[in-house]
Amino acid sequence: MIEIQNVSKRFDSASGEVHALRQVSLTVEKGDIFGVIGFSGAGKSTLVRLVNLLERPSEGRVLVDGTDITTLSKPDLRMLRKNIGMIFQQFNLLQSKSVFQNVAAPLVLNKVPKKDIDKRVKELLHFVELEDKIHTNVSKLSGGQKQRVGIARALATNPSILLCDEATSALDPKTTDSILELLKKINRELNVTILLITHEMHVICDICNKVAVMDNGRVLEQGTVLQVFGNPQHKITRSFVKTVIDDSIPGSLAREILEYQGENRIFRLRFQGNIAGKPLLYRISAEYHMENSILFATVCELQGVVFSVMIVQVFGSAQRLDEVQQFIEDSGVYVEVLHLTGGEEDRND
Amino acid sequence: MIEQYLGITSEQMVIAAGQTVYMLFWGLVLGSLLGIPLGILLTITRKGGILQNKVVYTLINYTINIVRSVPYIILLVAIMPLTKIIVGTRIGTQAALVSLVFYITPFLSRLVESSLLEVDKGIIEAAEAMGATPVQVIWHFLLPEALGSLILSLTTGTIGLLGATAMAGAIGGGGVGNLALTYGYQQFNTPLMVATVIVLIVFVQLIQGLGNYLSKRVRSRE
Ligand SMILES: Nc1ncnc2c1ncn2[C@@H]1O[C@H](COP(=O)(O)OP(=O)(O)O)[C@@H](O)[C@H]1O
Ligand SMILES: [Mg+2]
Repeated sequence: MIEIQNVSKRFDSASGEVHALRQVSLTVEKGDIFGVIGFSGAGKSTLVRLVNLLERPSEGRVLVDGTDITTLSKPDLRMLRKNIGMIFQQFNLLQSKSVFQNVAAPLVLNKVPKKDIDKRVKELLHFVELEDKIHTNVSKLSGGQKQRVGIARALATNPSILLCDEATSALDPKTTDSILELLKKINRELNVTILLITHEMHVICDICNKVAVMDNGRVLEQGTVLQVFGNPQHKITRSFVKTVIDDSIPGSLAREILEYQGENRIFRLRFQGNIAGKPLLYRISAEYHMENSILFATVCELQGVVFSVMIVQVFGSAQRLDEVQQFIEDSGVYVEVLHLTGGEEDRND
Repeated sequence: MIEQYLGITSEQMVIAAGQTVYMLFWGLVLGSLLGIPLGILLTITRKGGILQNKVVYTLINYTINIVRSVPYIILLVAIMPLTKIIVGTRIGTQAALVSLVFYITPFLSRLVESSLLEVDKGIIEAAEAMGATPVQVIWHFLLPEALGSLILSLTTGTIGLLGATAMAGAIGGGGVGNLALTYGYQQFNTPLMVATVIVLIVFVQLIQGLGNYLSKRVRSRE
């Protein structure tokens, strides 16, 4: 378990003091795949580097399995680090060495006997599916293969925590997916708690069960991916959600809607879980006798839960529309009223 | 035959070449033994280094700058009393060697420092994240990653050293460079001067060729 409690981090730089983290608190439970998302410069790397103390907090505490790691002696800190693996965006491998030598490095540092090193490295390369490259020099590998070496190296000492600093950001989409699959396997089969940071929403959607959204050194919101994703509170969170579900209304359609003179209202509906058997729109027309039309609809799956977004235009008097809105809310669907202006969609932020 | 053309015996030529090799070899060995650790110290104690230490860094940094700013020929004379303490004499090849070590050590320290600074910070970070001790970081990560570049640095240092050995003749250090200066240049013996310069060119080519070859071999594994 990782607990970051009220941590602030300031850097002195040439252009003055930089507040990389401001009063950040978060808890990663054992077994989590915890994702931190934010734009570049948000403080994500600084945050993840607190956990193995590559970065020391200016204020606040960092607990790993209940121990305040900022108080550890140097030898104890090194012991802790052997229990925490880390992988990087730029892989950070020894360019002049082979795959074997890179994966063996942490074991050599631990003075593991050579025979055991051989065995362990083969085991690890089997796990990351890179056995055939054992004697290849790492500079001859593709990006995805390099990251597999990085992962094997990080797992060599059987850590219980894995930190990933933008581990897939230098990879193409297909390779990214295969590395994400591997991370999932590590979490599931080896019971490794994973803390990863990224600027890509689909990484969060694909493998994380929890997420924190960061901006300007602060954690804006955090919770299960479904909570945060399903009901984003901040503009930045919404913009990240938008990168996987683009539910904006095309300009030409928005203009047409605006030209329509009759009374109507546009709702954005977010459903979670199984909505089959909940014929919401049908009931609006059948029970409330109000016409409606779907402007947009999409479905995706998150953590095995179906997640859908629908934008619906409903026609009728203001009073009747209020009734319908109440009905939708009562059926457990998250609803938001959209106000369209000149082709651009305005949210009531 | 050589005597006829160059005005010195072939024996003299061989002795001179031997003296040059002697000064180069020991100068390089002793200079490396001192210069490489100093270069490492400079790298790890600087701001952001794995053992950041302002006092140590500043001390080494300024000492190196001061020694390096003294022209070799002045250094040669200035350290004579020290030379006498170390090797018991102020003249001769061994005495010259002392001054050469003084000359080459700070030079090599700087070359080593710049080679080590080329190493990607990320690799050092990965090593620290693995729980490596500072000595392990240096031995298993910093030096192997910089090896190709270190070899080229030592090559540059060796050629610099060769230039300095010519001047070591001033205190009787001997060597090929000394032949060129005292017999060739000062006695207007142009054929000898040309011949010794050719020998020096061959030396430089051999050293640089060897350095390039070794460095390339190390790097082609990358
Ligand atoms: N060692 C450092 N010295 C000075 N400023 C730093 C240092 N590391 C990070 N920063 C600053 O802290 C802020 C957060 O950086 P970082 O954690 O790397 O963000 P992210 O990983 O989200 O892109 C940035 O403004 C960055 O410039
Ligand atoms: Mg970063």
